[in-house]
Amino acid sequence: MAVSFDPMRGGIIPASDRLSEEGVGPSAIGESRGDIQSPPQGGRSAVTSALAKAVPAVLAFALLLTAWELYARLGGIAPTMLPAPSRVLQQAWENRAALAENALPTIRATLAGFACSLLAAFILSALVDFLAPLRRALLPLLIASQTLPLVAIAPLVVLWFGFGLLPKILLVALVTFFPMMVALVEGYAATEKEIAQMLAAMGAGRWRIFRLARLPSALPYFFAGLRISITYAVVGAIFAEYAGAAKGLGIYMLSAKNNFRPDLVLAAVAVSSVLTLALFGLAVLVQQIAMPWENARSGKAGREARSDPSAQDRP
Amino acid sequence: MTRLELRDVRKSFGALEVLAGVSLDVGAGEFVSILGPSGAGKSTLFQLLTGALKGEGSMRFDGAPLDDHGARFAFMPQRDALMPWRRVIDNATLGLEVQGLSRRAARQRVAPLFAGFGLAGFERAWPAELSGGMRQRAALLRTVVQQRDMLLLDEPFGALDALTRAAMQRWLETMWQGNRWTALLITHDVREAVLLSDRIYVLSARPARVVSEVAVPLPRPRTESAALAREAAAIEAGILDTLLGQPIPISRSSDGELK
Ligand SMILES: Nc1ncnc2c1ncn2[C@@H]1O[C@H](COP(=O)(O)OP(=O)(O)O)[C@@H](O)[C@H]1O
Ligand SMILES: [Mg+2]
Repeated sequence: MAVSFDPMRGGIIPASDRLSEEGVGPSAIGESRGDIQSPPQGGRSAVTSALAKAVPAVLAFALLLTAWELYARLGGIAPTMLPAPSRVLQQAWENRAALAENALPTIRATLAGFACSLLAAFILSALVDFLAPLRRALLPLLIASQTLPLVAIAPLVVLWFGFGLLPKILLVALVTFFPMMVALVEGYAATEKEIAQMLAAMGAGRWRIFRLARLPSALPYFFAGLRISITYAVVGAIFAEYAGAAKGLGIYMLSAKNNFRPDLVLAAVAVSSVLTLALFGLAVLVQQIAMPWENARSGKAGREARSDPSAQDRP
Repeated sequence: MTRLELRDVRKSFGALEVLAGVSLDVGAGEFVSILGPSGAGKSTLFQLLTGALKGEGSMRFDGAPLDDHGARFAFMPQRDALMPWRRVIDNATLGLEVQGLSRRAARQRVAPLFAGFGLAGFERAWPAELSGGMRQRAALLRTVVQQRDMLLLDEPFGALDALTRAAMQRWLETMWQGNRWTALLITHDVREAVLLSDRIYVLSARPARVVSEVAVPLPRPRTESAALAREAAAIEAGILDTLLGQPIPISRSSDGELK
């Protein structure tokens, strides 16, 4: 399998960087055996450190916009060629009703397509996990599906399925399904051998082992795949609309371009970027809620680093 | 009374011969260790016992062939195999849940044991929040609450630092004295085997066979007196000589009269 995901590397904030601002762990004083710890305590201020981490990114983004603004204004470039960010923002505000009206179908297509793709990925990955021959039959097919150029496929799908919601759902599913499917299949395979053996020795059957061990083991992989998928989803919907739709950000961009309004094209691009970022943030949030033990892991590392006696004893 | 009885158990993976005829017995309430170098095939033997692998030879429990695999043994794998996504108490109840108990009932059965395993207050912690020694005790708790006929412990302390390991060995000795589990322990730590076992089977390197069976007739607890420590050290030295293939002044079934 060519594509692989490392759940430890994905995400906006690496787990190891998240610890620096945590509350004080249990004191090492009064422990007769290094083995005994006091029970874990909750309550940390990870939010502030996350905000602090975001500062360089925000600065870089602001710098880029400023340079663009100055270049557009002082370079004597026509707004019909390269509008300044301020103009894009102002036009976006003036056309906010039209933008919102067109964003709604895009959001609907994105969410519907993504939900279908998510469901399909879970069902198919589980089937493939239980039936090895099916896996050998399906995976090459799925990889082949990723070689289809979207530009060529989108108009065909619209030709076959019309201008409604269905072709959009299909295109969003096509671009988002694969990363999640591969992530799940790899995640199942990453189940610790000892855990499966132990469950079998306890008397658990295949389905039990899948539910108790393989599925939870796949979660970090799944979320890594989900984060990748979700960044494709909005783009997939826009592509589908570009190929033909009554309403949507894609068709809005197309007509703005045909009317020589790059400022409105960019305004629609900004809306789609914000959508993608919001979905990405949602995915990260869901992951943190679904996998609370991951926070515990980084909390432990932080406490250990702090209560290292050799570091404390130094004058 | 003999509970587990293995006769000439063999296992090969293709051309790789791993177990070349292992025979051993474990009696009721007896603590027996299998001591052997890494890669000898010790974990493979446990996989045969739990039914994860099929081999040749006879394996009997209470006189009957071992075919309804799994039901007899509570198995603790080589790494602690705690599920990071389950809280400590839910890891401890895993075997009971697989046996069909509700999560609630299983928790009620397990919760009173936390203090004895040095885990009081950590019921709701995640495994990642535990130290190495605590993880091993949690894994051991998960193993013994299954209330099977016999414990299979695969190098339970192999991954711990020396100090923690020594503390855990003493703790396990105390626990075993209180419970008298029938247990088969895999280890490559000679001192651990002598401290904990009634008898020790010493395995050769792969393909593994039993090269020596050593009885350890020392009273317990064995960590108390200096005299006991000296006797234990003599047994250790004898086993080490066997393992390292040197001429050995130790008889096959030692009865404590060691040089
Ligand atoms: N499923 C397997 N397939 C092939 N070889 C295996 C398998 N399991 C173990 N082995 C081999 O058998 C030998 C003994 O392994 P193991 O029983 O784990 O040793 P020990 O537990 O004594 O360290 C090793 O050389 C290992 O590579
Ligand atoms: Mg082993």
